[in-house]
This record gives sequence, structure tokens and C-alpha cells, in this order.
Amino acid sequence: MLTKRIIPCLDVDQGKVVKGVNFVNLKDAGDPVELAFFYNQEGADELVFLDITASSDERNTMINVVESVSQQVFIPLTVGGGIRSVSDVRVMLESGADKVSLNTAAVSDPNLIKKSADHFGNQCIVVAVDARRIDREKHVNSQNDSSSLINPDLAIEKSTEWEVFIYGGRKRTGIDALKWIQFVTELGAGELLVTSMDSDGMQSGYDIQLLSEISKLVSVPVIASGGAGTLDHLCEAIVDGKADAVLAASIFHFGTYSIRQAKQHMNSRGIPIRL
Amino acid sequence: MSRKNIKLGIIDYAASNLRSVEKAFTHLGADVIVSSKSEELDKVDALIFPGQGSNDSAMQALDKASLVQPIVDFVKNDRPFLGICMGLQLLMQSSEEGIEPCFGLFDGSVKKFSGKMKVPHMGWNQVLPTRKHQVFNNLPIEPYFYFVHSYYADPLDKNLVLATTDYGNKFASAISYGNLVAVQFHPEKSGSIGLEFYRNFLQFVKVNV
Repeated sequence: MLTKRIIPCLDVDQGKVVKGVNFVNLKDAGDPVELAFFYNQEGADELVFLDITASSDERNTMINVVESVSQQVFIPLTVGGGIRSVSDVRVMLESGADKVSLNTAAVSDPNLIKKSADHFGNQCIVVAVDARRIDREKHVNSQNDSSSLINPDLAIEKSTEWEVFIYGGRKRTGIDALKWIQFVTELGAGELLVTSMDSDGMQSGYDIQLLSEISKLVSVPVIASGGAGTLDHLCEAIVDGKADAVLAASIFHFGTYSIRQAKQHMNSRGIPIRL
Repeated sequence: MSRKNIKLGIIDYAASNLRSVEKAFTHLGADVIVSSKSEELDKVDALIFPGQGSNDSAMQALDKASLVQPIVDFVKNDRPFLGICMGLQLLMQSSEEGIEPCFGLFDGSVKKFSGKMKVPHMGWNQVLPTRKHQVFNNLPIEPYFYFVHSYYADPLDKNLVLATTDYGNKFASAISYGNLVAVQFHPEKSGSIGLEFYRNFLQFVKVNV
């Protein structure tokens, strides 16, 4: 039976893992290779590296990170952040990434999804969607800032519940998240990484409603992200949200729970897990 | 043969995962060349045929590089061979994924997953060996391997099947015939179990060259 996956997400800035990772037994908690190795030993099913380097001059640093991690850690590796073109996708895959995650660039140029999927196969194209619940009152006031680039078929309307955000959640797009995920799947996204902007960092649970709506609409695997605070949250995303994988950062990095504990807990709830 | 490193040739035809296959075997101490030249690939102890992408683009790329016949000959001469993912599927006669005929080394076709299952079949699933083979030495009884694929090979001769995996229904996740082994899963992405599988393959080659 296909198992559900647990995926730790590591933010990388200028070649170093950031966001307060604190494991006592690591020599250098910021070393991507050492952390990847550690999580692999712990039973992580995949790893996501998110390049949060602001300056484009530092992009090559990420390539070196991917290169060295993939020489020593033999589990699937997804790289996201700052990937803008088919040649960016190619460079990351050639450096050792198994999948790339497209977010802002997919919104600016949806054709990038199709071109990348055609070149490299759907299986290595993850589309990351940052979704936020629409605040009805604010929505009315700021309706005009939707970009003119947006395909009108995807635009938010009265019944829309979630809107797509880009630039790390800083910018509205005027795009309906549920329409967007169907659109990107048709273009060739092989997997969706769905982050609830409302839940992210709150540790109060994933947005289950968002996940289950999305799972009903698409047939590609869905990774739940944003909001994990307890091990039961991980189970809810799978059981109620129908997600195929759960991504989490803080609860693993801060050592609140180990991946092994998370897996045992999920297994005890009857969720198929690779122990 | 015993003291020399095994020399592997990875067939280069622009498949996206060949670098990770190379890294895994290099990590295990094998001498690896990645090449699209048949005369270079003819000098190796074992041929590795990786692959991701689509049936037609793979067959066209292999045809363009004049690699089809050399690969067929290599297998027909029963030299050690490992197919991975699409490198298993292409050994069949045809694929639902495209119009280009495959190698036709084994009778049977490549089919798309249907029914209620999500496609691609992506993630860790169990591999159940149906008979004994050296490549499964020292592994758990029903080991987990990493899969990423939308199509699967369905060989007519069920004696070829070396292992099955359950995804909606059972499909052949590994086949073997003589010195050929071909797997649908990705050992190079299956952690320590996957590395052990590759180590076993190297051992298998050592015994058979």
C-alpha cells in the first residue's frame, strides 16, 4: 500500500539552513547536508529545500547546496524558491533535485508549468500554492489590485473562499485558489504543495477545509502545509483533509517532535506509514 | 575480477534522473561512466538504463543517438543490465503513453493506472518479491521503495515477474531474466534500502562477469 509521506521543509538563506533549527547533536545546525542526513536517518520520506535568499547574486549557492546534499542523501529532494524559467528548472534537476516547486513564477507565467512539464515530465513539477481565506470586507475595498495579467476565468468571484497569494504571501493575485489548482494541474503540475496563509506559523492545525476541497478537485498528490503544531494535526490533514503528504517545519526543527514519533503516532491511528 | 571495481555504463539520453543514479553508484564505489556512445557503453561490465519522461521522447532520443540496437544486443547477449523506471517500461513492446514502439525485448505492454487511484503513483510503497534473487539480499521481507510513475509494465510471461507492488491492483514492480534486472521503483531515491539494493546489484554483476 502506498504510504503517506512526512516532509520536513528547510529554509535556506545563502547556503545555510535558517529558522532556528536546534538539535543538540548537530555540529552545525545550519549545514544543509548535515540536516538532510539527520532527517533521512530519522525516517523523513522526502525533503524540501526552500531558497529564501533575497539577492539573485546568491542563487548559485543553492545549486551547490543541492549538489552536495544529493551526493550524500538518497531520498527525494524538492527545491523551491526563485525558480523563474525552464533553464532554472533544468539547472536544479541537473544539480540533483528530483522535483522543483514553482510558485510566484507559475502565476506570472503559467506557461512555465506546461513547458517544464513537457521537458522534464509532470512528476518533477510541483506547484506551490499559497492560499488565504477571503476577508469579505477587505476584499470589497481592494478589488482593484488584481493584476491585469490574470486569466479572467481564474478570477475570484462572490463564491470564492480562498485567494492565491505570491511573493511569499505578500501580494494578492485576484486568483481563486480552487480554480487555480485545477488550471495548473491541467497544465502539467504533477503535485500540489498547498500552504494555508491563515494557518502558517500558527501551529493551530492545517486548513482542513481547503485541503479537502482541493483533494476533491484534483487527482494529483497533495502536500499539506502550514499550521502543524501537534501530531494530531498531521493526522487530520491526511484523514480529514485527504492529503497525501504533510509538510512541516517548526515542530521538527525545534525538536518538539521527532519524525519517528510523528510516524509512530500516525501509524497508531491507522494511517499507512513507512516506519 | 574480484579486486577491480565494477565498471558501470549509464545510458545517457537526456533522462532527467540519470545524475542521481550516477551519484548513488559512485557513492557505493563503482566506476561509473555516463555516455551516449555505444562503443563506450560496450566496454562496461554492466549497463544501467535509467529513465523518466515520456515513452515517445525517450524512444526518439535513443533512436537519434543510435542506441536502440546496441542496447538490444547487450541484453540479448545476456550481459548484466539494470533498467530503472522507464528503463523497465521500454523493454516491453508498446506503451499506452505513446505511439513509438518500445524495444520489444519482452512480450507485453505498458499500461496507465486507471480507476480511483491518484496518478502519478508517487511515494513509498512496498515491494513483494515473488521469488528469490540476489538483489533482494539483506533487505526486509517486504521493503519500501520510492516510486514515481503513471504507467506500469505488464509482461505477458508472468515468470519474468520478480516482485509485485499493490496500487489499486498488483503490478510488476520488478522483473528479471538471466542477467537482466529491471525495476519500476527508484533505488537511488529509496534511502539506505535503495543503496543496499544497488550494492546487491553490484555484487550480482561481480559474480556474473
